[in-house]
Order: sequence, then structure tokens, then C-alpha cells
Amino acid sequence: MTARFDVLVVGAGPAGLAAAQAAASHGARVGLLDAQPRPGGQVWRHDVRKQAPRAAVAAMQQTAAAGVEFLAQHQVVAAEPHGLLVETPQGARHVHYGALILASGARELLLPFPGWTLPGITGAGGLQALVKQGWPIAGKRVAVAGTGPLLLAAAATLRAHGAQVLGIFEQAPAAAVNAFARQLLHWPARAVQAISLRARLAGVPYRFGSIVRSAHGSEHDNHKLCAIEIEDTRGRHRLECDHLAVGYGLLPNVELAQLLGCALAYGTPEYASAHPHVIVDGLLRTSVADVYAAGEACGIGGLAAARVEGLIAGHAAAGATDAAIALQPRRAKERRFAALLAKHFALDSRVHDLAAPQTMICRCEDVSLSALDGFIDARAAKLATRCGMGACQGRICGSALAEIGRFTRSGARPPLFPIRLSTLAQAEVAPPLSDEYRGH
Amino acid sequence: MSGRCYDLIVIGAGIIGASCADAAAAEGLRVAMVEPGPIGGGATAAAMGHLVAMDDDPAELALARYSLQQWESFAELPEAEFSRCGTLWVARNEAEARVIPTRIARLAAADVEAHAIDAQNLYELEPSLAPGLHGGLLVPREAVVYPPRMARYLVQRAQSHGAVLFAGRTAKQLGRGTATLDDGTQLSGPVLVATGCALPALLPQLPMRARKGHLVITERYPDVLHHQLLELGYADSAHGDADSSVAFNVQPRPTGQILIGSSREFSATDAAVSPAMVQRMLARAFEFMPVLRDLQALRTWTGFRPTTPDGRPYLGAVPGEAEQWVAAGHEGLGVTTALGSAGLMLDLILGRTPAIDPAPYAPSRAVI
Amino acid sequence: MTGHRMNVIHVDGQRVEVPAGASVAAAIAQVTILFRRSVTGEARAPLCGMGVCFECRVTIDGVAHVRSCMTPVLHGMQVQTDAGAAP
Repeated sequence: MTARFDVLVVGAGPAGLAAAQAAASHGARVGLLDAQPRPGGQVWRHDVRKQAPRAAVAAMQQTAAAGVEFLAQHQVVAAEPHGLLVETPQGARHVHYGALILASGARELLLPFPGWTLPGITGAGGLQALVKQGWPIAGKRVAVAGTGPLLLAAAATLRAHGAQVLGIFEQAPAAAVNAFARQLLHWPARAVQAISLRARLAGVPYRFGSIVRSAHGSEHDNHKLCAIEIEDTRGRHRLECDHLAVGYGLLPNVELAQLLGCALAYGTPEYASAHPHVIVDGLLRTSVADVYAAGEACGIGGLAAARVEGLIAGHAAAGATDAAIALQPRRAKERRFAALLAKHFALDSRVHDLAAPQTMICRCEDVSLSALDGFIDARAAKLATRCGMGACQGRICGSALAEIGRFTRSGARPPLFPIRLSTLAQAEVAPPLSDEYRGH
Repeated sequence: MSGRCYDLIVIGAGIIGASCADAAAAEGLRVAMVEPGPIGGGATAAAMGHLVAMDDDPAELALARYSLQQWESFAELPEAEFSRCGTLWVARNEAEARVIPTRIARLAAADVEAHAIDAQNLYELEPSLAPGLHGGLLVPREAVVYPPRMARYLVQRAQSHGAVLFAGRTAKQLGRGTATLDDGTQLSGPVLVATGCALPALLPQLPMRARKGHLVITERYPDVLHHQLLELGYADSAHGDADSSVAFNVQPRPTGQILIGSSREFSATDAAVSPAMVQRMLARAFEFMPVLRDLQALRTWTGFRPTTPDGRPYLGAVPGEAEQWVAAGHEGLGVTTALGSAGLMLDLILGRTPAIDPAPYAPSRAVI
Repeated sequence: MTGHRMNVIHVDGQRVEVPAGASVAAAIAQVTILFRRSVTGEARAPLCGMGVCFECRVTIDGVAHVRSCMTPVLHGMQVQTDAGAAP
């Protein structure tokens, strides 16, 4: 089964929705694909029990009204020039494009600490996503930890679904968070958001300079999480809880970009990062012809940056360069906000050293930190220990090892995700499309 | 001149170089090893790790037999991940099955146990095979290992016997009893080149082609497959000279994963996974084992088999050069024959009578 | 919270009702927190909630290794976790 689009957008979060809408507004035939069953991405993920935010509803309606074709449950597994191999519940599918926009978003940075594999411990955005999918949380005692404003958003969702949020444990020191809050005065819309979030979290303790050092499981009940140990400025203390939602910020999903051969960079001149992002120019073109990138894939920038970058990439991919250029000042402003976030929520070096020698690093193959001693690169370690050889293909352990300074992650190879062998057997993309489909 | 003197300088720490270094260190030689990348990071890492006696070439069979005996000493070694799953060669029809008695006789002459299997027996052994197959040939004592960890073990064992590893270093130039590394270090002593596909960089007079292969590994499915399965036509793919070919060749890993091969291509020089080749290889595998279609593929990768013009490895002195030795060009049998190759090399280097006839492997046969 | 269409599925043989659109992971959580056993036998449950970590893999309608957080419930699904299996 083959489909052809003038502009194909990968990822139906805020950036992808904006990109698809912008491209379609110029008459391009646009496809918008996502591995999830519904559009929205992570930040606008559909909540099976709650109303969607107004902006999300509007973005989805505009995209649909513009005639964009939404391709749900389409997991991209391989790439060739001007074509992607996709797995769907119905089987393999080839999707061809004239121009491609990567709006692949971000995932949480999840760092190992003693006990982090216990059932009941999730990412912060992770638990938020699970709860939006219907995960039972009402009445459960939840600790939210890690870093960044995402913790507040996650806690608010959990509380709205009836969770008893015991506290938000932010690793950044109070001084840094307060400095960030003062900067919000220059960003009124965000200040309003922050105040509204805090109001929804009234009565929930928000602690700074606090780090979850370890987690402890019940001897019975499948070793399910029962308590965590928190270290803050006053020392260490134990907190009993049913769930721990802990995330150390976000990192760009660049695997497809990498497979396509797009040039990547690590951080910015001001802030180095252990995690790569896609390099783009002012029109959001990557180093590969006809491939654009927008939003978190280009470096963590947040919702507003993702929206405007989606628009720029959509206009540019459809050939409307002027419309794209007109939005560049807005993009620059939103990216400045991203720099603020990176500065004020920089990770405390203590979170790099939480894992004990016996702590599992690779959760797919159960490889402990001590098993990785003595290796200087990811491939040698993988060959000898299987670290990163499992189903997640190193997305969790590889990113964690890069963050804690062991070694950088190896490159991407097809399939980008585990897929049925029957899908892989159809992996040859049909001959390149004719010129009539090559965008505008 | 830093004046580093050794009894043997082994260049390349794949399974061949590692085996040679280990054997030399065990003999009490002062050994240096030079490896630019991870230990066992080349063809060794890409290999299936099937220990198999191929009987269509008597010389290759003799080397395999000699080597397989030595592999037995590692059967309990955790690092080898040795799993005696046996090899089951599958015949689709009567015509393919006709070679079975001949193969049994050749293997028996080399003391390798093998039995003919009828169709009923075939499906008892492997219920997931496609219906309508004719029977097969079972070689029950054959096994699979995990080559890169084994190479690493052998290097570490050599180090425990005093061998020195120059890690991250490339040998740039060979002289008479010397090797110069990329950082300028000069090592003195007899040199043994075991660099596989990279052989022409140091010994351009010995022809070597890189023959690309693809592999796919699945998630864990512990009950689907029990033996290493190959089609009886495999030798035609492995030893034929077609520019590209595929054969049904699947392996149960001790983890419960299924490793699926195999492909061979001479003209492909790019290490990237070729979707077309993967498709061809899987189509072949599905013909024999349709249940594979619904299993999850985790990863695919490629590797290059070092291939000499006649398919046999170079094992012996480099023609016309003093104190230079070569052990390279094992095509798809490097893991099977590594230990035997090392034994043969040490006998030659130390001037002893080799356990098997070295003539078929003499590098002088191929000098351009 | 009211008026949602409900789907019935079975998790390890146990009947579970979940709102239409909910994920299989959410349905499983009503029955057990043990989704799978790791390769060394540790109990595991969802981590990332967004299809990246593969900790939520279960068997759905006989197909092994399916990410339950990425799979919407469909009426009549049969789901098996590792909760019943010996460690």
C-alpha cells in the first residue's frame, strides 16, 4: 500500500499540526502521520476522561479543515530518499513525499538511580500520559520529581484525576527557580500559565534542591514501589508513596533525522548538551534536501516555539518562503525563552551520580552500571554486555549514559522501532515518485 | 625508536587475531596486539557464531574439524555463550536430499556425527517449518557461540599471559620484523597480520574481496526454533561466485532470540542496510518458516566477510617477506576455524610439524 | 467523567471495563502492576508512557511483545501479562 504527498509531516504534536496546516494552506497535498492513535503529541495528548485544551482543539480542527490527511498509528521504521516505510496495525505501508517535515518532538530524560526499575516508577510526563490514557490514579499517593516546568503540568493533570500529590521535588535550587520566575514577567502569557498552574496545585508542596536518591519496593506485591528517599538542603528523609513520577527534562527525538543523514549538533554555544538536535537554517531546512525539522527535534524549545516553527517549516516546505520569513522574529523570541529554561533548570551534578554499581542501566537486557566499567565507547560496551541491544534500541539507557558522561549514543539503523518481520520484508521503497508529486 | 621488542606482533583483534594472540601468549611468547577499534568489532561482531563443519572442500573440512575439537574446551565458558543446538540441514525435495548420504559419509570420515532425517522426524524436531519439506541432515553436536565476547575473552587471556594490547592504534607500515603504528610507535619482532577485509592496506599483494552480508535478529521467542537451520543449498550460496545470493539460515540464540541470515554480495561496498537485500533474505526465510512473518524484528546489521579468490584462508608466511605472517580470509567460517587457524599458525611460526597439512592455505598460491 | 462508552477486555482472564479510547496499559493497571518480567526476572511496569521504553510489553490476542501504552483497547481483547508466570 503506497501513499504520496507533496508535504509529509512526521509527528502530530503542536509543531506537526502547525506545519501541516501551513503547508495545506498553500494548496499542497499534506499527510500528517503519528505513531499514536490520535493527534496532539505529548503536550496535547488526548485525555479519555477530560476536555482537551482550547488551543489543542482549535489546532486539530484547523488542520482537519485545511484538508490534511491524518495517518494514525503510523510508526516510521525505515527511510529512503523521498519515501518512508511505515508500520500500521494493518501492515506495512510506503509513504512518499516531495518534502518531509520532521516534527518528531521530544522524550523525557530518564536517569537511573537505585530502585528506578520498580513498578510504580514512571517518567513525570510519562505518568501524565498514562493517566490521560485512562490509568487509574484516583486516591493514589504520588510524588512528582525531577526538573522543569513539566513537573507542574504533570502534577496538575494527576491532581485533576484525583491523585493525592504528596509534593513536587525540583532538583534546581530555589534561587534558580526564583530567577526564572522573575524572568517570566517578560513573557506575560507564560506568567499567566504559571500562575494558573500554581493555583491548580494549591496546597501541594513545591520543594527545590530536592533529589530522589533511591526507591524501595514492597517485599510482597511484585516489589511494587512503596517508598522513596529524598535528599534536600535539610538532609535525607523517607516518603511513602504509591507512584513516583520522575523526569529530568526533555531530549529531542532525532533517530529518523539521523537515519536520513541530517546533520546534528549537541547543545548551543551557551549550553552544551549530551543529546543531539537537528541543525536547521532560518527556513528550518536540515542539511538534507527537501527535509525540514520543527519544534523540539531542533532543540528543546517548548510549545510556543514548536507552534511557530511548525508554521515556518510548513510554509517553507510548500514553497511560501515569504510567509516563512515573516515569522522568523517570532521564532527568535520563543527560542530565547528556551534558553532561559536551559539556564535555570540545568541539572545538578548529583543527579549524574545516583546509580549504584548494581543499578540496572539497560532495562531491556538488564545490564548494570558496573558491567559497563572500562568501556570507552557505546559500541564496544554493547558488543560485550548487550547494553542497548534491546527493544528500546538504547533510547533509555543510551541517553542516560550520554547524560551521566559515560559515552555518546551510537547512530540509528533501520528498523527505527521493532517491527514485524513481514513489514521489514517489504522494506524496499518503490521507485522514486515522479516530478508531479514533488511539492511546489 | 622506542625499542619495543616482541616475539610476535599480532595486527587485528578480531576472532582470528585474538585466537592467534592467545595461542602465542599461552606458548610463552612475548606478544603485542594492535587493534584500532573495539575487540571483535569487525566481521567478528557481525558474525552468526555458528560452529559448523562444511564438507564440500576437504581442506576446509580438515581445518574445521581441527578447530571444532578445540572449541569443545570452551563449551562451559560463560563468555563463549556456547549452546549445542545442533545443525539441521533442510531438504525441500528428493533431489536436494540426494546429497545427504554423500555428506554423511564425508562428515563421518572427519569424525563428525550426522544422521539423515525423514519428513516426520523433521517436523518433530522443528514443528514451525513450512509443510511439504522432504527431510534433512542433522549434525547434533554442532553449536553456536557469541563471537565478540569470545574474542574479548581471548584477548584478556592473552593479556593475563603478558601480551600487550595497543588499543585504538592502527598499524600503518610493516618492515622487516617491524610494525609502525599511527602514533609513530615502532614495534620490533615477527608480524602476524590478521586484519580480515583490511588486509590489502598492509599486504596488497594478497587479493582480498569483502563480501557483504545482512543479519536480522528478533525479540525473544524461546519456543519457536530449536536447531540452527540451513537449507541444503546453502553451500551453493556460500561457496558459489554469484554476485549476490541469499540462503535460508536461522539460528536460535541462547536468549530465545532468532538470528536470521544470510545474504552474500560482492559488489556492495557500503555498510548500510540494504532494504532490497533484507527483503530478499526474509522472503527466503519465510518460504521455509512462515511463522517468522509475525515475529518482531529488533535490529538489522551488515558485515563484510574477507574472501580470497579460492575461498580458503591465507594461513602461513607472507611470500617473499621475512618475519611476516598472515592469517586472514576465512569468508563465513572465521569463527568456526579461528582456534584451528591459530594452532596451525603457531606450529608454522615455531617451526613445528603442523597438526594438519598447511599446503592448501599457503598464501603463496595467491600472490598477484 | 460520565456518559463514556465502555469497552470490556480480559486481562489475564479477568474482566475489565475501560472507557473507549483508553490504552491497554490503563486497563492492565486495574488488574496488576506487573506487566512483564525482565530478562533476569525482575518485575517491570510502564516507565515512559509514550511508546519509547518498551517496559509495558504484553501479549495481546496472542501476539507477544506489544506495547500496551500504544495500543487502544478494542472490545473483546485478550491480554496476557507476565503476572501469572513464574519469576
